[in-house]
Amino acid sequence: MPQQTKTKSPSPQQNGRPDPEADGVDLGWEIDPQELIRPRSIKGNVLPRWFLPVTAAVGVVVGFALSYLINGFSVNYALWFIFAAVVFIVTSYVVTRQQLNKRKATDGLWRNLVYIAFALALIPLISVIWSVTADGFQGISRLSFWTEDMSQNAAQSRERQIHEGERPMGGGVLHAIIGSLMITLLATVISVPIGLLTSIYLVEYSRGGPLSRGITFFVDVMTGIPSIVAGLFGAAAVQMILGIGNQFGLWSYGPGNYRMGLTAAVALCVLMIPVVVRTTEEMLRVVPNELREASYALGVRKWRTILKVVIPTAISGIAAGVTLAIARVIGETAPILLTAGMLNRVNWDLFTDAMMTLPVYIYWTFTHPIGVGELSYLSEQRAWGAALVLIMIVMALNLIARIIAHVFAPKKTGR
Amino acid sequence: MTTDSTQTRSGGRKAGAKPENSLASGDRAGAGLDRGFAGLAKAAGIFILIILAFVALFLSWNSVGAVYQEEDGLILGRFLSYAWPFALGTVVVAVLALVMAAPVSIGVALYISHYAPPRASKTIGYIIDLLAAIPSVVYGAWGMFVLAPAMLPLYHWLNRWLYTWPEENWGWGIPFFAGSPGLGQNLFTASVVLAVMVLPIISSVCREIFIQTPKLHEEAALALGATRWEMIKMAVFPFARAGVISGIMLGLGRALGETMAVVMVVSGLGFQLSLISAGNSTIPREIALNFGETAPNTERWHQLIALGLVLFIITLVVNMIARWIVSRHREFSGAN
Amino acid sequence: MSKSITAKGLNVYYGDFLAVEGVNIKIAARSVTAFIGPSGCGKTTFLRTLNRMHEVLPGARVEGELLLDEDNIYGTGVDPVTVRSMVGMVFQRPNPFPTMSIRDNVLAGYKLNGARLSRGQADNIVEKALRRANLWNEVKDRLDRPGSGLSGGQQQRLCIARTVAVEPDVILMDEPCSALDPISTLAIEDLISELKEKYTVVIVTHNMQQAARVSEKTAFFNIAGTGKPGKMIEYDDTSVIFNNPANEQTERYVSGKFG
Repeated sequence: MPQQTKTKSPSPQQNGRPDPEADGVDLGWEIDPQELIRPRSIKGNVLPRWFLPVTAAVGVVVGFALSYLINGFSVNYALWFIFAAVVFIVTSYVVTRQQLNKRKATDGLWRNLVYIAFALALIPLISVIWSVTADGFQGISRLSFWTEDMSQNAAQSRERQIHEGERPMGGGVLHAIIGSLMITLLATVISVPIGLLTSIYLVEYSRGGPLSRGITFFVDVMTGIPSIVAGLFGAAAVQMILGIGNQFGLWSYGPGNYRMGLTAAVALCVLMIPVVVRTTEEMLRVVPNELREASYALGVRKWRTILKVVIPTAISGIAAGVTLAIARVIGETAPILLTAGMLNRVNWDLFTDAMMTLPVYIYWTFTHPIGVGELSYLSEQRAWGAALVLIMIVMALNLIARIIAHVFAPKKTGR
Repeated sequence: MTTDSTQTRSGGRKAGAKPENSLASGDRAGAGLDRGFAGLAKAAGIFILIILAFVALFLSWNSVGAVYQEEDGLILGRFLSYAWPFALGTVVVAVLALVMAAPVSIGVALYISHYAPPRASKTIGYIIDLLAAIPSVVYGAWGMFVLAPAMLPLYHWLNRWLYTWPEENWGWGIPFFAGSPGLGQNLFTASVVLAVMVLPIISSVCREIFIQTPKLHEEAALALGATRWEMIKMAVFPFARAGVISGIMLGLGRALGETMAVVMVVSGLGFQLSLISAGNSTIPREIALNFGETAPNTERWHQLIALGLVLFIITLVVNMIARWIVSRHREFSGAN
Repeated sequence: MSKSITAKGLNVYYGDFLAVEGVNIKIAARSVTAFIGPSGCGKTTFLRTLNRMHEVLPGARVEGELLLDEDNIYGTGVDPVTVRSMVGMVFQRPNPFPTMSIRDNVLAGYKLNGARLSRGQADNIVEKALRRANLWNEVKDRLDRPGSGLSGGQQQRLCIARTVAVEPDVILMDEPCSALDPISTLAIEDLISELKEKYTVVIVTHNMQQAARVSEKTAFFNIAGTGKPGKMIEYDDTSVIFNNPANEQTERYVSGKFG
């Protein structure tokens, strides 16, 4: 292994090694490994266990003091974190270097940086979850949140709120929940068979020919399509097809009626199909070949083998993958905004008229609150509530996916 | 059916339909079904190619209207002068986000793969994955209501010491920090939100690769007396390099196409150098804000779709570069 | 029920690579024939051509004739699926279907082919097949439990029961005991000698004692070197192969001088 030689290279002392004897009679080591990389004793080359927690505590206290002073005698959490981190890292590096050696100090420095990176990553997570739940609970605890749409609120004019001080009425997200579920369901119904059949083709039928390589490549390309481009595609495609159909008088829609649930589902399919293909392909590939052979050896045809042996064996993984794909598209905002648009009432019809969905509802309510000034707090709480519902749906789908993958996985063959 | 085919076999032999080979009387219907199913699977694969061809076709077809109008002729210049600020904004915000997210994500991935207590690391991995599960619109709301106000002190400080103060004293300040921060809704805040959004994506790719580092290499390094960091430098990083780069490119692709967070966090339109005051926009934001009010088949409609095509091409190029890097390093790395 | 197998000048190719060359063999009905030889000599490949299982691998093809009684299984218009329903196969590692119960595993040949069986017919097939595989007494109380819960030897006998259940003419076994402990191996060997009363059994084995114990006839395969095709060197009664082989290579192999 070439790395072996590198072990010694980090030690800078190598430059200062004594010159080998002039005539080269020296049969021993050119350099003394003992001196270069090995400590004198196996004991006493570590810092005490309390060192790290104590340094961290010192960092927190000193960081607080510094940030408090600099910020004009008031608490600023960001500054506190930064100063604490800097003090912690510098102190532990200097002390380790003094007490032990440079290598140990470098090791400790990077370890501390990794710890701090991790802590840094947790801050936004906690902050997001906190802001969504704190305000969201207020929203979802009202009954009207679950049972009403927004058609009443729209009727209430801004002017009346301003001039007569009328408070915004109840209103809820029923229409958005229905829209989200219906559009996602339609997208799933379209994507899953296509994705599943494609991955069956890739795994079971294609033998690495140009078609299968092409499909794999373009599925990869599809994975990278920005969601808003998928939305544009949905809108442009449906618009074009409607226009063509209109010229031949196939249906009564006028051009411009691409705003419907179906268009959104088409856009979501573009995002969903590659995910389904990828995960299903992976799951089908891990089905042991022995099972296929066992089935063939019983005189079972290939399509029956696939449907009755391969897919049942992989079904837990496939179901988990599909669930994750659903979780991904149900939170998509941009493509739906461009295709299904928005509506303030319940619409069960996927083929006529716009539809409201949870993500679009959240976006629209935050950027266009109903109610003026202080009165907009109800509107905001509804939006946070909708965000909470959306997060809970997504988390539940993720959880379900894990449970499916775990519980329904067939027991492994053999011991 | 096995029972049936047994009968068919013996029946065929008695009747002497094919005396030269009694095996040939296999069931035709079954073989036909087999071919039918294979054809169906193949058709689904081809259908995906058709969809993608349609995506490219529709986008290109509709983009033509942005650069050519019957009454004005070729108007490429008009489109370019309209599009470049958005394209630039998109790239700037994504790259800024990546600069912030990449080191932290690698740190997080390292923490989970090599530093966290082994029993906790799986749970911690799930928690980081949760970040990826949060819909972008929620991040947008968070950026708008929580992050933007929280960033304000920093913007004031940056503006004060990196722009106003040098300008008063030397007559020139760093233009990125010019202007009033206002509500904190600017390109910089957007890039922080994007950084938070792509962090779990990059870190989960890196984590997977780090975990796959051959135990033998790691142990070989440790057995030579390497510290943990030296072991990571020697065994983990060389193995994971291509995977880490492709993870970062994946994050870049996601950041380029991200819409809602930017729509909700950035306010303003025109291009400006300042990152900390209202202004600038990105391609996805421009499309999302205007597509709804645009009548189909007008020049504006075509312009927006052409913008989408530009974005598609940018992300495609980024993904291709990632793939190229991975394939170049394939033989040395754990990616693929 | 049981059928004989005759190979005439059989060559097996993987793409352009000739894997097995010029096999001529006649295997009698209701007998046990063992294939022995060093690793990579083509005995498993040849075994798989007997029920066209090699076609699962891309690019595999066969030249020559392979007769099941008097029918060429590579004749025009022959469907490999039909061949496989007549020539069953037991694999190296036990592979019961993990999604199915013991009962369903035995019935797999019927269920996977979509055959509708009455409860009585199904029970009859299950009991008969499991009895023939010497497994009935061990599993009759837990037929609805998953097949993967059994021990390795029991799983392998379950796979044999699954093969027997569709009443094949020939049973091919590809090193059926190589993943099993000695006691399970003994059970399978006893079973093989019972199975030959009704079926033609062909077994590939690395274990020469096993070949000597279970088979009536033995074929020795060998390979001249890497990249060269495997060949059948000698085919004779088992006692002759092990005690008085005609070929020097066979002699050296069975006496443990190489391989």
